[in-house]
Amino acid sequence: MTLLISVFAAVICTAIWYRRESTDEMKVGLLCWLFWGSSIMWLVDAIYEYIELGAEYFSPEPKDMLNDIFLGLAVVALGMVIWIIVLLISDPKGRVRKALFNRRVNNAATTTEAKHTK
Amino acid sequence: MACFLVPAAEAVITTITTKVMQKKEQKKDACKAPETIEVRLDGEHTEIVEKKHFSSKMKWLNNLLWGGSGLLMFEHLWHGEITPWFPFLTAAESPESTTEMLQEMSTVGVTMAVLVTAIWGGMVAVSTILEKKSEKAAEAAHETEHPEAE
Repeated sequence: MTLLISVFAAVICTAIWYRRESTDEMKVGLLCWLFWGSSIMWLVDAIYEYIELGAEYFSPEPKDMLNDIFLGLAVVALGMVIWIIVLLISDPKGRVRKALFNRRVNNAATTTEAKHTK
Repeated sequence: MACFLVPAAEAVITTITTKVMQKKEQKKDACKAPETIEVRLDGEHTEIVEKKHFSSKMKWLNNLLWGGSGLLMFEHLWHGEITPWFPFLTAAESPESTTEMLQEMSTVGVTMAVLVTAIWGGMVAVSTILEKKSEKAAEAAHETEHPEAE
C-alpha cells in the first residue's frame, strides 16, 4: 500500500508539473523526484517480498494493510512538508519577503516626491 | 533493514561527481559562449535555446537517489529498524541480525541503486533522442520556410 500511495502521489505531482507552462516556480519538480525515487525503491522491496511470499504478498493481514496505509500517508505528508519548507526558503515569488517587511518604501518615496514638488 | 544506505551512499558519490563536473563546465563556459541550438519545442514555433550541460542530467540521478533514500529512511524509522541514537541501526545490536542486515543491503539495497541508475540512464537516453528530434524538426521547418537558401 505504501508503494501504491507513493506511485499515486508521484503521478499526480508529475501531471501538475507538466501542466505548468513556464518555469517550475512552485518547485513541484522536487515532489516528483521525492515520490518517484521512493516509488522505485519500494518497487524493488515489493519484488523481493513477492519472491519470498509468492501470491500471499497480495493478501496482507488487515492490520498490516492499515499500518501500510498509515505509513504511505505519513510519507506523502513528509514529502509535502519538505517541499513547502524548500519553497518558503527559496521564496521564488517573494511572498515571504513581502510578509516580513512593512511596505514603507513606497510611502517614503511619495513623501519625498511631494516635498520636492512643494 | 538498512537497504536505503546503499542508494544514499551512491547519492553522496554522484553529488560530489556532479559538483566536480559543474566546476569544469563553468570553467569551459567562461572561455567560450554556451552552445545554442534552434529547436521546435511545441510543434509550432522554433526557439533558440542553450544546450544543457550533462551535470544538469546528473542532478536528476541525485534527486532520485536523495529523495528515495530520504523517504525510505523515514520508513525504516517507522518500522523501528533505525533510531536517532547510537547504534542508529537496531540490527547492529547482535551479530546474527547484523549479518541479515548486510545481506539485505547487498541484495535489496544494491538492486535499488542499480534500478534507479538504470531508469536515470533511460531518462538521459530519451532526453537525448528528444533533443535531436527537436533540432531536426527545427532544421526541417527552416528548410521549408527558406528553400531558396539551399
